[in-house]
Amino acid sequence: MNDLITLLILLALGYVFGQIAEKRHYKSIIKRERILRKLPVIAAKFPPAYRIPPNSFLVMGSVVISVDYFKRFIASLRNIIGGRVTSYELLIDRARREAILRMKEQAQQLGGTMVFNVKLETASISKGRKQTIGSVEVLAYGTALVKH
Amino acid sequence: MLLTNLELVPGKRITKHLGLVQGSSVRAKHVGRDLMAGLKNIFGGELKGYTELLQESREEALNRMTQQAEAIGATAILNIRFSTSSIAQGAAELFAYGTAVVLE
Repeated sequence: MNDLITLLILLALGYVFGQIAEKRHYKSIIKRERILRKLPVIAAKFPPAYRIPPNSFLVMGSVVISVDYFKRFIASLRNIIGGRVTSYELLIDRARREAILRMKEQAQQLGGTMVFNVKLETASISKGRKQTIGSVEVLAYGTALVKH
Repeated sequence: MLLTNLELVPGKRITKHLGLVQGSSVRAKHVGRDLMAGLKNIFGGELKGYTELLQESREEALNRMTQQAEAIGATAILNIRFSTSSIAQGAAELFAYGTAVVLE
């Protein structure tokens, strides 16, 4: 009985705070994406030929985000019936967009006009009980081109 | 030292290839951070402690790679790649590698 009560409390806490954190995060992501829209991020390997060659710098951004208790519970239920695991989809989406934004912010600080050859890397750094994914790390890196 | 993950440097010619250089760093997190992470696992959100920890160790991996490149007389490292692997519960390895070259 006690276990059930603890579980319900954890689920409620996870749901409420998780939803708030997610909403707030998406709001800030959308706001910053709008500001940084002028700085294109390109996955192509070779930059265009310039008459005056720009300087290049390595830029990167990374973030570690954890999923809340409620969503992890839902995801474990999903494992039984199968199908899309929306809670993890949203977690990874948030992490990727945040990492790219941080990389762009670094590029902007250096005075870059675009970021080339962007690579994204995802790693789950801590695994919980039964190898469930607790938190995910996303790293975005690329080469910022800075015109003289 | 010029670091880039492109395969060339715009406007500069490569005069000499010096081969692969690499740097790695294995870090573990301390108990306090683990405790905070445990709380965050309930509420969700960014684990700032981990983000910083991984950033620091990635920089250390980059530094080690740069030192190695300097030792063999390179002026730039091209085509840099990063990779992360969790080798044990609570420890992560950050690895950086690239091609050391001499630019004209």
